[in-house]
Amino acid sequence: MNNSPYLRQATSVQSVMLRVLFALLPGIAAYVWFFGAAIVLQIVLASLTALAAEALVLHLRGKPLAIFLTDGSALVTAWLIALSFPPLAPWWLVVLATMIAIIVAKHLYGGLGQNPFNPAMVAFALMIVAYPQFMSRWPGTDAIDFATQWQIIFGLHANQALDALTMATPLDALRTALHSTNATTVTVASALAHNPAIGLMAGRGWEWIAAGHLIGGLWLVQQRIITWHLPTAFLATLFLLAGLASTINPSEFAGPLFHLFGGGAMLAAFFIVTDPVSAATTPYGKLIFAAGVALLTWIIRSFGAYPDGIAFAVLLMNIAVPLIDMATQPRVFGHKKNGSNHHG
Amino acid sequence: MQLFDFNGGVTPEYHKEASTQSPIAVSPAPSRNGLKNFLVIPLHQSIGGTPRPLVSAGDRVLKGQRIGAADGDMSSAVHASTSGQVVAVEMRRMPHPSGLSALCVVIEADGRDEWIARQPFDYHQHTAAETRDYLRDAGVVGLGGAVFPTHLKISPGKGGKLDTLIINGAECEPFITCDDLLMRERAEAIIQGVVILRDLLAAGRALIGIEDNKPQALAAMTAAVQAGGHQDMAVVAVPTRYPAGGAKQLIRVLTGIEVPHGKRSTDYGVQCFNVGTAYAIHEAINLGQPLISRIVTVAGNVAAPRNYAALIGTPLHTLLANSQPLPDTDRLIMGGPMMGITLPGDEVPVVKATNCILVGSPRLFPPPPPEMPCIRCGECAKACPADLQPFELYWFSRAKIFGKAQEYHLFDCIECGCCAYVCPSHIPLVDYYRFAKSEIWANESEKAAADQAREQYEFRQLREAREAQEKAARLAARTAAGRAAATNALAMAPVTAPAATSAAASAVTSAATPVTEPAQTPSPQAALIAAALERARAQQVQPANTTNLTPEQQAEIAAIEARRAQIRTQAHPHLPPDD
Ligand code: SF4
Ligand code: SF4
Repeated sequence: MNNSPYLRQATSVQSVMLRVLFALLPGIAAYVWFFGAAIVLQIVLASLTALAAEALVLHLRGKPLAIFLTDGSALVTAWLIALSFPPLAPWWLVVLATMIAIIVAKHLYGGLGQNPFNPAMVAFALMIVAYPQFMSRWPGTDAIDFATQWQIIFGLHANQALDALTMATPLDALRTALHSTNATTVTVASALAHNPAIGLMAGRGWEWIAAGHLIGGLWLVQQRIITWHLPTAFLATLFLLAGLASTINPSEFAGPLFHLFGGGAMLAAFFIVTDPVSAATTPYGKLIFAAGVALLTWIIRSFGAYPDGIAFAVLLMNIAVPLIDMATQPRVFGHKKNGSNHHG
Repeated sequence: MQLFDFNGGVTPEYHKEASTQSPIAVSPAPSRNGLKNFLVIPLHQSIGGTPRPLVSAGDRVLKGQRIGAADGDMSSAVHASTSGQVVAVEMRRMPHPSGLSALCVVIEADGRDEWIARQPFDYHQHTAAETRDYLRDAGVVGLGGAVFPTHLKISPGKGGKLDTLIINGAECEPFITCDDLLMRERAEAIIQGVVILRDLLAAGRALIGIEDNKPQALAAMTAAVQAGGHQDMAVVAVPTRYPAGGAKQLIRVLTGIEVPHGKRSTDYGVQCFNVGTAYAIHEAINLGQPLISRIVTVAGNVAAPRNYAALIGTPLHTLLANSQPLPDTDRLIMGGPMMGITLPGDEVPVVKATNCILVGSPRLFPPPPPEMPCIRCGECAKACPADLQPFELYWFSRAKIFGKAQEYHLFDCIECGCCAYVCPSHIPLVDYYRFAKSEIWANESEKAAADQAREQYEFRQLREAREAQEKAARLAARTAAGRAAATNALAMAPVTAPAATSAAASAVTSAATPVTEPAQTPSPQAALIAAALERARAQQVQPANTTNLTPEQQAEIAAIEARRAQIRTQAHPHLPPDD
C-alpha cells in the first residue's frame, strides 16, 4: 500500500518520449520531401539497433526489460542520431553510432536518467572524428531515387559516382568556400550566390526541415514537455552573435538566418539542448546552458575545422551542468537569497 | 483587492460535488443499546504534550467534562464527548498508519447526552493570559488538520498588534468539503469566532480566503460579514489551485507576504486560523462548549458521500455506517488524497485532526505504475509551491546524503505531494523526503541523547572527585586532630586529595590541566566545574535548525516524528538497502 499522494497525474516517461518522437515528424516529412526516403531507412536502422542494444544491456544489467524497453528513450536517441547524420552514410555508421550512444554514453553511466552527456551527441562527435569522409555524404536536392539511395547506404553503389550524387550541407559549402585556396577573393555573398544548395534563407530544403523542427518544437513547448528557456536562449544567442558578426564583417561571417536555418540549429534548439537528463535544470541554469551551447556552436562553425559544432558545443556544456545548476538554485519560498542555507 | 500568486501547485480533479449535495448530518450518536455505544477518546490529540488523565474506570462523566488536563502550556485538554461511564483508561489503536497505540479514555455512553453546566467566557473581562488558558482547557486546536494548540497562536506579536488576521476557508484538497459545508451552514457562528480572534490578536483587518470553486460558501460568508457590519473583514475568493489552502500559500496569496520556514508568522504581521477553528472558538467562548465534536467529510468509495457532525471518539465504523462503503473498498484514508494517511482499521476513533475519511478503492486510487529513474525533467520543480528542486532532494535523500538535502532546504518541504503528483517517472518523492527528515531527526535526537549522557557522566565524575577530596580533607582533619601523627598527616593530605582528583579529572578529558597545580586551594574543582559548564554551553550550539525552536517548528518535529513511526513500520521496497 502506497503513501500519499494517492492521486497521480496521468503521465509517464513513455508518453513524454512518444510526444518528442511525434514532434520530430514534421521535420522528417520535410526531409523526405527534399532529400528522398533515405532518412527513413536510417531512422529504422537506428531504431532497431537502439532497441537491440538497449535490450542487451538491460538483460546484462538484470533490469526489467518490458518497462525500460518501452519507455521510448532509446528511440528518441536513435531518431536524433539518424536526423543528425548524413542520410547517405553507410549503414554500419549509424548502427555503430547508435550502439555507442546506447551502450557507452547511456548505460555505462547508469542508464536512463544518469548520463551526463547527451548520447546522440557523443555518438556524433566520435563518428565525425573517426570517419569524417562518411560524415559528409549528404544527398543533393535533385532527388536521387530511393533505389540508388539504398544502394549507396548498403555499399552496393560504385564509389566513383558518389561525388556526383552527394552534396555538401550549406554550412559545409560555405566553410569550404571561405577556407579554400583563393579564399581572399571569396566572400559569404559570393560563396552563397552560386551554390545550388542555397535556398531562400539558408540551404535549399534545409530551411524547410528547420521549419518543421520549429513547428514540432513549439508544439512540445505547448505540451509543456519542454520549457521556453532552452530553445529561446539557444536561438537568441546564435541569432545575436551571427547578427553582430555579420554586421561588422559581412564578407567573412554568415548572417543569423543562415545560422538558424542552415544546419542543425533548430533540431538542436528544440530536441538536443532540451534533453532533460544532460541539460541544466534550473530556470537561470537553462538560459546559461543554452546560451553557452549557442556561443560554442557559433565559434566552432565560424573558426573551427568542423562544419557544424553543435555536438561539441553540447558536450562541452554538459560538463559544466553540475556547476551551473549549483550556482543557479532558485530562491526558496520565504528565503531572501538564492541558495542561502540559513533561515532569515 | 490585489491578490498575489504562489509558484507551482497542481489542479487535480476536485471530486467535491458528491459530498456537498446534502447538508451536514449528525453522525449516529452512540446509543445505549447495541454494540456501538463506546467512545474512544485519545488523550493525545494535539501537537505538544500528552494530557494527564483526570478520570479512571468507573467514573461517571458528563458531556463536555474535562477528562485530560493539558500537560504544560504546549498541550491542550480533552473532554468527554457525551455523558456516560468511563469503562477503561487504556491503550488503544490510533488513527495512525503504523497502528500505534496510545492512552485513551473509553466511555460507555448512557444515551442521555447530559451536558456539564455551560458558562460563556467573557474574554473582555479577562486578561489575555487567562483567555489563553481558558482556550487551552477548552481543548481548542487547529482543525485544518495540523491540530496545533490554538491558545499558543493567540498572541499579537511585536508591538501588541497584528496587521492581518487570515481565516483559511480555502480547503484546497480534493474530496474534502467539511469547511465548505460549515461555511455554508454556520457562517454567522464562524464570523463570531473571527470577531473573538480579531479582538484577541488586536488585528487591523481580517481576510477570509476561500477558493473560488465554493460559490455558496463565499456567498454565505460574505452575507454573514455584511450582516455583522464588519468593516474590517473581507471575504476573498482565491484562485482554485492546490495547495492554496496551505497556510503559507494562503498568506502569500492574500497579502504577498512569504513567511519563511521556521518563523513565526506574527513576526510578519499575519496569523492564520482555519474556519473550523474559528467556529470552535465561538463555541468555546460564547457558548461555553469545549471542543467535543467536529465536521468530518466521508467521501470516496461510498454509496452516500456526506459531511457529519461527529463526536470526538466516535469509532470510524459508526461514522461510516450511514455512508455505506462499497464492497471493493481497500483502505481508509484520514485527510485527502494528496496528504492523507492510510488508517490501520475502522475501529479507530474520530479525533480532532479528522477532517475527512476518504474511503479508497483500487479504482479510485490505483496502485502507482512502476517507479522509473528520474529523468530530470523538472516537472516536480515546476509544481513545487515551496520553490524547491524536488529531484535534487530526491537524489540526496535516496543516496542518504542528508547534509546536502538540508542544504537544498529539505525542511522547507511541506509534504504537499505536488511533485509526486506530476512526476512522469512515478517516483514516490514525498516518501523519500519523509524518510530523510526522519533519519535526520533521529540522528540529531540520538546526538542530543549522547550529549546529555556525556554531560551526566562528567558531572558524576565531578561529584565523585569532590566527594573524594572532601573525604580526604575530613580524613586529614581527623588525623590532624591526633597530635601524635600531626606531622605525617599534614604531609599526606595534599598528596591524597590531588591524586583522587586527577584520576577523576583525567577520565573527564580536557579539564585535566588545572589539576596539576598544587591542590591546597579549592581551585581545581572550580576550574573543573567551569570547564564542564563551558563545554555544556558549547554543546548547545547545535546545527542551526535545532536551536531555538519555535512552537511551529516543534509542532513540525512532532508531526515528522509521528510519520517516522509510519515509515519505519512500512516496508520500503524503493528505498535503497542500508549499507
Ligand atoms: S518530475 Fe520526477 S522525473 Fe521529473 S525531475 Fe522530478 S523527480 Fe525527476
Ligand atoms: S512535497 Fe515538498 S518538494 Fe514536493 S512539491 Fe510539496 S513542498 Fe515541494
